[in-house]
Parts: sequence; structure tokens; C-alpha cells
Amino acid sequence: MSRRPHIEPEELRKRYPQVFDPPITSRLATPAMLAAALAILVFGLVDLDFSVSRLINGVGQLGWISLMMLPPDPGSSLPIYLKALGETLSIALLGTTLAAVFALPVSLLAARNVIPSAIFRFPVRRFLDSIRGVDTLIWALVWINVVGLGPFAGVLAIAVADFGAFGKLFSEAIEGADQKQVEGIRASGGSALHEIRFGLMPQVLPVIAGQVLYFIESNTRSATIIGIVGAGGIGLQLAEQIRVLEWQKVSFLILMILVAVAAIDWISGKLRFAIIGQRAVA
Amino acid sequence: MTIAVSILPEQQLATLNAAYRKAVARKRLRLSVGALLFVAALLVAAIGAEVNLRTLFTYFGNFISYFDRILTLDSGQRVWTDFGEWFWGWRKWLHLLGETLLISYVGTLIGAVFAFALNFLAAENTSPGPWLRFAVQRLLEFARTVPGIVFALIFVIAFGLGPMAGVLAIAIHSTGALGKQFAEFVENADMKPVEGVRSTGASWLSCMRFAVLPQVSAGYASYALLRFEINVREASVMGFVGAGGIGMELIVAIRKFYYSDVSAILLTIIATVFVIDIATGWVRGHLFGKEART
Repeated sequence: MSRRPHIEPEELRKRYPQVFDPPITSRLATPAMLAAALAILVFGLVDLDFSVSRLINGVGQLGWISLMMLPPDPGSSLPIYLKALGETLSIALLGTTLAAVFALPVSLLAARNVIPSAIFRFPVRRFLDSIRGVDTLIWALVWINVVGLGPFAGVLAIAVADFGAFGKLFSEAIEGADQKQVEGIRASGGSALHEIRFGLMPQVLPVIAGQVLYFIESNTRSATIIGIVGAGGIGLQLAEQIRVLEWQKVSFLILMILVAVAAIDWISGKLRFAIIGQRAVA
Repeated sequence: MTIAVSILPEQQLATLNAAYRKAVARKRLRLSVGALLFVAALLVAAIGAEVNLRTLFTYFGNFISYFDRILTLDSGQRVWTDFGEWFWGWRKWLHLLGETLLISYVGTLIGAVFAFALNFLAAENTSPGPWLRFAVQRLLEFARTVPGIVFALIFVIAFGLGPMAGVLAIAIHSTGALGKQFAEFVENADMKPVEGVRSTGASWLSCMRFAVLPQVSAGYASYALLRFEINVREASVMGFVGAGGIGMELIVAIRKFYYSDVSAILLTIIATVFVIDIATGWVRGHLFGKEART
């Protein structure tokens, strides 16, 4: 048996002062941050007119509404709802595809390894950022002004909003690609276009396909709400039924949305698995 | 030195070539069938969404000129010639913008607290029982799948018009989203410390507090900040349904064709989102080191 070396606690304290006696600033940092967070929270609750009575009242109302929602019942409007759901899925699919098609060439312009000059890259990136800063619903309102009420405005809104997101994601995928293959193409005498087509694209296309599938999924969710401002799809029905307090229909519509999103989730998961293989999915 | 390239006998080459062609042909077939299916789905979708290219081309000029119009003042001059006139309502807008930020802050914090309370129950390795886990997971899924603005629509009726409905809607949606991310984080945590703490006879709660929490708290904060960034965007449209924030002012401006107001409000929103983006990125980078930034 080896003997344990005997160390005086006092000596340890002296040897590691930062462990035993941390400076007061670092000891106070966490409580101070928590206190600040709490202070802003309290200020926010007061400023946004939170009150216990309103909360209790509202929860009571909410309980009443939930009771009214049971059982979910579409009444006689089931065919209309199914059509609206189809419209929503169409909006998501078309909008995402359009966005991906337009974003691919632009994302090349925003990628560091394709366009080395920051002067060209910078405006493209800021342009994409500003598109991303505007919510899909706002784009829907703008497009309604242009092509009128209806699902087509929704398609265009999703296409524009996702164009910004895709541009950023794709350019990041392109920047993450291995440069060696591009150099190989260049060494064998390929032009810049050849470098992109045969050096970059085979590497990034599976990644991009995975992202597009993921967005179709998340856009099914976005597409359900753009109807609230009048851009087609199931959101229109939902907002209408909420306004006229037909709670059974509301709960049925919400159920429909949940089922549709789960179905798309499942399908796109399978497709992603088939395209990229197990490694990239996990 | 001569370079010798060995040429395979004709027969062997023929079989190899045939196998290669077959493999390529099969791949091509699969690809073209997939592409065909996709195009068919697009066509069906185009009919379903009432896509009308003629409308688009006829009115596309409107889209461009819309941006021209929102950049023009009532007097017919460009907006940037007269900032005072362009941002005439800056006091009101800044106030509403502050309200928007507060809505997303309070909503994110409440959501994070609830997600924190629920996530240990939803994670596979720490959940006390499979039934509880199933129930909590379904609850989180529900909260995350129903869009925030739908909650807002319902809450506006239950709690009355105003920012409170927006806060609660964002809080519920954040609970769902953060609950899932937190639980995934816990599932990736090292279980050895948990065993160590449990072997001392600690309760479930102590195990979570002293073995899991120190591993995951930095990740939690990082995800919560990211969610805050997303919620600022979300809160900017909550006003569309009367749930507070700058959205109310924006939808009025768009609907009533107050063109220069639209551009002014949009610009303030975009600028705010930029600043929040950069600020949260900076905070995350500084608080949690490089690895937490992704």
C-alpha cells in the first residue's frame, strides 16, 4: 500500500488561491446577472400590464374555451378544410422550391471560397440578412398588395423569406466544402464554372437537399399561419373560426395541422435519410 | 523508365464495363424517377396554390414599384432627403419597439423556466418513468407545433387585447422548442457523475442538481439566447393579431398605404434584429467559449 502524501489544507489554500478564494468580482458575477435578469423581468411584467386578476380571469376563460373545443368537430365544412390544407401544403412545397432555386446562384456569390473579394461578398450578405430580418408574415402582406389575396401571395412570401435563409445556409455549406477537389479540377485545366460544377456541387448538393427538406417541413408550419393575413391556406379558416368563436371547428383545424405537420415530418425524415445517409441525419 | 499500363484481357474488360454501365444506369433511373415525381408534385402544388404566372408578370412591376413607393414621401421626394419627415413617429415607434423587445424577453424567460422544469422529465436518461416521459414529450410537441401566432389569436380572446397575450403565446411556443433542445442536451450529458451522486444516496432531484446541471447549464443559456433572437422576430408580428408590439403599427401602415411609414418601421425592425443578432452572438461567444457558438 502506498502512503498518501500528507498535505496541509493551509498549504493547499496557499497554492491554489483562485480555487479557494476567488476574487469577489467573479464570485458576484452570476448572482448579479441573475438579479439583472430578474429586474428586467419584473419591469417587463409591470410595463406590459400583467396583473394577477387578469391572469386568473384569462386562465378561467381559457379553461372555458378548452371545454368548448371538445369534441373536435368540423361540422359540414370538412371538404373546405381539406382543400385549405392541400393549399397550405402546396404553398410550402412551391415556396421552398422557388426559394432554393433562386438562392443557389446567389449563395455562390456570398461564399468566401468562390468570391474571395470581400467587397463583392459584403453587399450580397447584408442583402440576404435584411431579407431574413423581415418576417414571413410581413412579406405576405407586401405580396398581397402586389398579386392580390390568395395562396399565390403566400407562395411568393415564403419564397422571398426563405431566399434569405437559404442564401446564408447554402453559402455556409459551400464554405465548409473541401477545397482539395476544386484544386484538383483547376489543376486538370478546368474553368471556374467547371470548378463549381465538378468540384463544389457534388460535395454540397446532399447538404443542400437535406436543408431544403428540413425547410419544407418548417414551412408547412409557416404556411399554416400566413392565411391569417389573407395569403391562403388553412390559416385563413383558422383565423375566421377563432373570430366567430366556433371552438369545435378551431380544435379540429388545429388537429389537422398537427397531423399534417407530423406526416410531413415523417416523410421528409425518410427522404433525408435516403439522400444523405445515416451519418448526416444524426 | 517506361510506364507500363496493364491492359486487361478483352473478355474481363467487357464484363467490368457491363457491370459499370448497369450500376450507372440504375442510379440514373432512380434519379430521373425521383425528379419526375418531384416535378409532378410541384405541378399539383401549383394548381392547388392557384399559381398564375400571368398575374405575376402583369403585377411584378407593382412589386418593384412598391419599394419605390415606400421610399417616397408624401411630398414626392425620396425619404432620405428629409429624415425628420420620414421618421416622424420615432417616439411612438421606439416605444413600441421597446415593448416588442420586452415581450420577447419576458416570453423567452418564462418559456425557458418552464422548459427547464420539464426537460429532465422528457430526456431519456434522466426521466423518472416512461409514462411521464411520454406525456411530457407530447405536451412539448404540442406547444412547439402549434404556431405562436395561433396561440396569440386564442389568447387575445381569453386575456384581452394587449401585450400579455403576445407574451404568453411566445412563452408557450418557447417552452415547446426549448424543452426539446434542453432534453436533447441532457441526453448527451455524461452519466458517470449521476451514478457517482446516486451512489452517495442522493435523491433524483439532487442527482439532477449536482450531476447533470453543471454539465448542461452553459448549453441551456446558449440555446435560450438563440431563442430570444428568434422571438424578437416573432414578437414583431404579434401585433398583427392585436397581441402588442410594433406589429400593430406596421399592419395599419401597410393596410392603409402609409408608404413612407412602412419603410421607416421595417427599417427599424431590421436594424433591431441586426443588433440583437450581433449582441447575442457576442454574448454567447464570450460567455461560453467558441464551442457553444454553433
